[in-house]
Amino acid sequence: MVTTALDFLPAPLRSLRLKTKQQELLLRVSALALIYVLAFAVRLFSVLRYESMIHEFDPYFNYRTTLFLSENGFSEFWNWFDSESWYPLGRVVGGTLFPGLMVTAALLHRLLRALSLAVHIREVCVLTAPFFAANTTLVAYAFGREIWDSGAGLVAAALIAIVPGYISRSVAGSYDNEGVAIFALLLTFYLFVRAVNTGSLAWALASAFGYFYMVSAWGGYVFIINLVPLYVLVLLVTGRYSQRLYVAYNCMYVLGMLLAMQIRFVGFQHVQSGEHMAAMGVFFLLQVFFFLDWVKYLLNDARLFKSFLRITLTCVITVGALALGIGTASGYISPWTGRFYSLLDPTYAKDHIPIIASVSEHQPTAWSSFMFDFHILLFLFPAGLYFCFKRLSDATIFIVMYGLTSMYFAGVMVRLILVAAPAVCLISAIAASATIKNLTTLIRTKSKSPQATSGKTTGSKAAAKGAVDQSLPFQHNAAIALLLGAFYLLSRYAIHCTWVTSEAYSSPSIVLAARGHNGGRVIFDDYREAYYWLRQNTPPDAKIMSWWDYGYQITAMGNRTVIVDNNTWNNTHIATVGRAMSSYEDEAYEIMQSLDVNYVLVVFGGVTGYSSDDINKFLWMVRIGGGVFPVIKEPDYLVNGEYRVDKGAAPKMLNCLMYKLCYYRFGELTTEYGKPPGYDRVRGVEIGNKDIKLEYLEEAFTTSNWIVRIYKVKPPKNRS
Amino acid sequence: MPPSLQTLTTPTLLVLVLLTASAVSSSSLPPEDGIRVVSAEKRIDLTSPIVKVYLTLKVENAPSASDASQVLLAFTPTEAQHLAIVKATRAEGKRKKKIYMPLSVEASDLSSTALNGARLYSVLLGAPLKPGETTTLEVLYVLTHTLEPFPAEISQSESQLVYFRDSAVLLSPYHVLEQVTYIKTPSNRIESFTRVDPTSRAGTELKYGTYKNQAPNSYLPILVHYENNRPFAVVEELVRKVEISHWGNVQITEHYKLRHGGARHKGVFSRLEYQSRPSISGASSFKNLLAKLPPRVHSVYYRDEIGNISTSHLRTDSLKSELEIEPRYPLFGGWHCTFTIGYGLPLQDFLFESDDGRRYINLTFGCPLLDTVVDDLTIKVVLPEGSKNPQPVVPFVTEKHLEISYSYLDVVGRTTVVLKKKNVVGEHNVPFQVYYEFNPIFMLAEPLMLVSAALLFFVACIAYLHMDLSIGKSS
Repeated sequence: MVTTALDFLPAPLRSLRLKTKQQELLLRVSALALIYVLAFAVRLFSVLRYESMIHEFDPYFNYRTTLFLSENGFSEFWNWFDSESWYPLGRVVGGTLFPGLMVTAALLHRLLRALSLAVHIREVCVLTAPFFAANTTLVAYAFGREIWDSGAGLVAAALIAIVPGYISRSVAGSYDNEGVAIFALLLTFYLFVRAVNTGSLAWALASAFGYFYMVSAWGGYVFIINLVPLYVLVLLVTGRYSQRLYVAYNCMYVLGMLLAMQIRFVGFQHVQSGEHMAAMGVFFLLQVFFFLDWVKYLLNDARLFKSFLRITLTCVITVGALALGIGTASGYISPWTGRFYSLLDPTYAKDHIPIIASVSEHQPTAWSSFMFDFHILLFLFPAGLYFCFKRLSDATIFIVMYGLTSMYFAGVMVRLILVAAPAVCLISAIAASATIKNLTTLIRTKSKSPQATSGKTTGSKAAAKGAVDQSLPFQHNAAIALLLGAFYLLSRYAIHCTWVTSEAYSSPSIVLAARGHNGGRVIFDDYREAYYWLRQNTPPDAKIMSWWDYGYQITAMGNRTVIVDNNTWNNTHIATVGRAMSSYEDEAYEIMQSLDVNYVLVVFGGVTGYSSDDINKFLWMVRIGGGVFPVIKEPDYLVNGEYRVDKGAAPKMLNCLMYKLCYYRFGELTTEYGKPPGYDRVRGVEIGNKDIKLEYLEEAFTTSNWIVRIYKVKPPKNRS
Repeated sequence: MPPSLQTLTTPTLLVLVLLTASAVSSSSLPPEDGIRVVSAEKRIDLTSPIVKVYLTLKVENAPSASDASQVLLAFTPTEAQHLAIVKATRAEGKRKKKIYMPLSVEASDLSSTALNGARLYSVLLGAPLKPGETTTLEVLYVLTHTLEPFPAEISQSESQLVYFRDSAVLLSPYHVLEQVTYIKTPSNRIESFTRVDPTSRAGTELKYGTYKNQAPNSYLPILVHYENNRPFAVVEELVRKVEISHWGNVQITEHYKLRHGGARHKGVFSRLEYQSRPSISGASSFKNLLAKLPPRVHSVYYRDEIGNISTSHLRTDSLKSELEIEPRYPLFGGWHCTFTIGYGLPLQDFLFESDDGRRYINLTFGCPLLDTVVDDLTIKVVLPEGSKNPQPVVPFVTEKHLEISYSYLDVVGRTTVVLKKKNVVGEHNVPFQVYYEFNPIFMLAEPLMLVSAALLFFVACIAYLHMDLSIGKSS
C-alpha cells in the first residue's frame, strides 16, 4: 500500500523513500538515540524521588573540589593545600586526587556557560554521572559491534543502559569517580580492541588517550594496565601474535604511560610500582618476540634459530629477573599495596588492614547481590561465553578475559560489580543477540517457505527447502516459544532494573525516607540539619571531630575543619580518633585537647531505628584504634565475644566516650510505646547506662530525630 | 529650675533630665512658634520586637500667628537611628464623616537648630493651618532594634527579658498642654518600670500621665523591663530578584540571611528538653515563619546552599498565598540561618501598559515575611532583554542604580534596576512601579536562536551524510 501511494508522488519526493540499508540505519540510530535517552532518564529517579542533590560521602568531596576548581581556576586547584581537613596535618589536594571528574564537570559547566545557559555547577555535577552513563551506551554499542555485530552492539547498549550494577554508581547525584571512569574504561578497551583489530596507529593513539582519561579519573585504571598485558600475553601464548597487536600495544603502553605520568597522584608509579610491572614486562617481552621473529626471518634456519632462541631467552629472563630483584630490593620498585593484595586474596584485608575491611562496599559479594545487580545477565553470561568461544577471535578473547577477571574481582569486593557490569552486559548481549537472531532466522525461513513456492526466485526456494529439510519437528513452534521466552526474560529484566533503580539505588543516603504510620512518606533530614547548624552557628575555625565517614560531608556541607575524613590516607590519625572515641571521657579529653577539637559529632540511630550509626560502627573504631594504640583492646568492649549495649555490656563499653555521647540523656526518652524509657530501637534493647554525666563536654545541638548529636568541648578549667 | 524636675522620682535620671531641662531653659524658638499641642496621646506597642508608636496630636495654631504649613516631630538621636518609617494622617470632618488624609513626612532641615542633636521631621499639612484653628494629626512611627535584651545571654529554659527606653512625656518642639502615654506589653510579666507620677499599671498596660503643661523639649526618661518572647526575627540581608519574562511569568527569588536578634543563647541546647517541654523550654526561640505571597503563586521552592528544606507548607486561596517555612533547626538567640525562597507569578497580575505606551510592573516593596525587620534590603528588577529607559517609582527614598545581568541565552544582557533600602519593616510593603520601554519583537530572539541552532545541526547532519570526506578513493 505504501509503495503504491509513494509511486504517485512526484519524482523529487519519491527520492525520499528509504532504501533498506537506510531504513536499517534510521532504525539503528533511532534505537540508539532512545537508549541514550533511556540511560539518562532512568538515572533521574533520585531527582524525582528526592531532589537534585549530591549523594553519599565521597561525592561531597568531589563537589567541593569542583566548586573550588570552577571558582579559582585550574592552577590554584592543582596546587591546593586544604587546611580544612586532616587537622592539623592538612591535605595536598591537587596531588592526592584523580582530577578527571572535577575537570570534566568544570569544563562542562564552562561550556554550558559559554552557550549562555545559566546553570549552577551543582546541577552539572549532579547530572555528570547520568550523562556519562548515556555516553557509555554508545561506547557499548560500538564495542559490541566490534566484537560481534551491530545487533549485539544494540543489545549491549540497551542492557548496559539499565543494568543495576552500573546504575548503583551512576544515578543523578552520585557524583563520583566511577561515574566517568566506567565510560573511560570501556572506551579504552574498545579503542584498544579496535586498534588490535585494525593495527592502526590512530586507534592505538586514541586508546592511549582513553587510558589517560581513565587514569585521570579513577584508581581502577590499574585494572586496565594489568588486563591489557595479560590479554597480550594470552594472545602470544595462543599463537595469535600479529603485527597489529605489536603496534597497538606498544603505542598504547608507551604513550599511555607517559600521559599517565602527568597526573600528580599517579606520578612515576608506572615505572616504580609493583602493580604496574606486568605491563612493563609484557612490553619488553613483545620487543623480544618481535626481535626473535625478525631474527628467525633473517636466519631462515630452524636449528640455528633454536639455539639462538635458547641463548636470548636465558639472557632476557636473567636480566629481567635481576632487574626486578634489584629494583625491589633497593626499594625502587614499591611492593604491592594492601588494596591490591586484598583484591587477589579476599581474606587479606580482614587480617591486616581493618580500615579497608571496615568499609561495607569492600566486603566480599553475596550471591544475592549478584542476582540483584545482574538479574538475567547472570544466566546469559555463560551462554555468551559459549558463543564467544565458538567464534574465537582477538576481540572475543579480549571480552572473555575481561568478563572472567572482572567477575572474579566482583566476587571479591561488592563495589567491583561495577567494573564487571559492562563486560557482563557485552557478553550477555552476544548471547541474547545471537540466540534471537538464530530463532528469528528459523521462524523466517519457515514462514517464508510457503511464499517461496509461489515466489519469484528459485534460489531462495531452494535455500528454504534446504532449511526445511534440515529442520527438526515442531521447530517453528519451538522457535516462537523460545523467542517469546527470551522476550519475557528481557522484559522481566527491564522491570527488575526499573524497580531496583527506583527503590534501592536512588536514595541519596543524606536524606532518609521512611513510611509513616499512615503510609505517608516521612523525611529524616537530620544530617543536613546538623551540618547546616555547624555552618551557621559555630566559629568559622572550629574543628570538628567525628568518625571519618562524615568528614567529607562536614567539610562540604558544614564548611568546617575536620580531623579525619574519607580520604583515609593517614591510618594513625584515624586510629587517634578511634582511640578518643573508645576511651573514657577524661582520657579522650586530653586527646581532643591535643587535636584542638571544638566539637564532637556522633551519629545515633537509636531513636529512629537508623542502623548504620556510630554505635554499630564502634567496633571498627576500637579495632582501628587498637591497631595503632595497643591500650585499646577489643575484648574490653565485648562480653563473652558478644557486642552489647544493655545492662550486660562491658563496663568499659558503658563508659567510653562514644557510648556516653550517643546515649546522653537518652535514658529519659521514651522511643516506643510500651517499652521502657531509653529503649534503643536499632539494637532492640534498653540501654545499660541511663545516668550519663558529661564533665568535659556539653550538648551543643541534637537534630530533631536525634540522628546527629553535636557536643561542644569545654575549654580547660582555670588552674586553682 | 524648670518645674518638670519636681515630678521626678528616680534620682538616677536626674543628670539626664538636667541636661535636657537646662537646654529647655535656653530654648531656641520653635520654627513656627504659633503652634502648640493641645493634647497628645502616645500609645507604644511593645508586643512585638518592632516598636510601634501611635501618636495622636491635637494641634492648635495661635490666633496671632501666620498660616502654618507644617508640624514638627522630634526624635532623640538614638530613636532617629532606629526609625524605620514615619506616617502621618490628618483627620478632617467631624464624627462619622471623619476622613483621614495621608500627609507626607520628611526629615526637616531644621534639625541642625534643634537641641541636643534631636532630629526633627516635618509633617507637611496639605492645607495650611489657619491662625486659631485646630486639627488632629495621627502619626505612626516604627522603631527597630530598640529593645535591648537584659540579661544579654540566657539559657534554654529562661524567657527573654528586654529593656525599653523612652520618655514619659512627649518630646516635642512645641508647648504641650496635656499629654498621656500608654505602653502595652505582651505579657503580664513586667520586671520593673520607672515611675513618673502619675503612673499606673493595669495588666499588660502601663499608663504615664496625664501630664499637664509641658515646656517644649521636655524629656523624662523611663525604663521598662519586661518579658518579650515573641520571635526576634531579623533579616540581616535580603536580596529579592524579580525576573520578568514577557512569555507570561514573573519569577521571584529571595535570598534571606536570618538571625535571631534577641538575647544570646548560652550553654547547652537539649533536644530532650525542647521536645518534651515545649512551652517552657526555648520560649524565646522560634521555629517557623510565615511569608505572605501574592495569590496565584506557583512553583514555590524553599532551599539553602546545601539543598531543599522539606519543612514548609503552602496555603493558597484567591486572595493571598501563605507560605509557612521552618528553618532546618529552631533559632535561638544569636543563631543564624540563610535560605532562599523562589516562586513564579502570572505576568498579567503584575505587568500593565501605561497611557504613554510604556510598560510598568507593579510589585510590592519590602519583605514578605511577617513581623520581621530587614536591615538591608536589595530589590533587583531584571527587565527582559531589550528593554530600555527603566524608571522606578517608589513612594519613599531608596538608593537606586542600574546594572546588567545575564541569564539563559542572553546576548546583550538584561537591564536590571537595583533598589536598596536599610531598615525595612512591614509598613514598607507598599506597591512600587518600574516603567520601561519594550519592543515585543525581542521576545522572539531567543526562540529563533534555538530554532536556528537546531536547524544548523540538522543541516550539518545532512551535509555529513551526503559528503565523502575520505582522501583516497575507496574501492
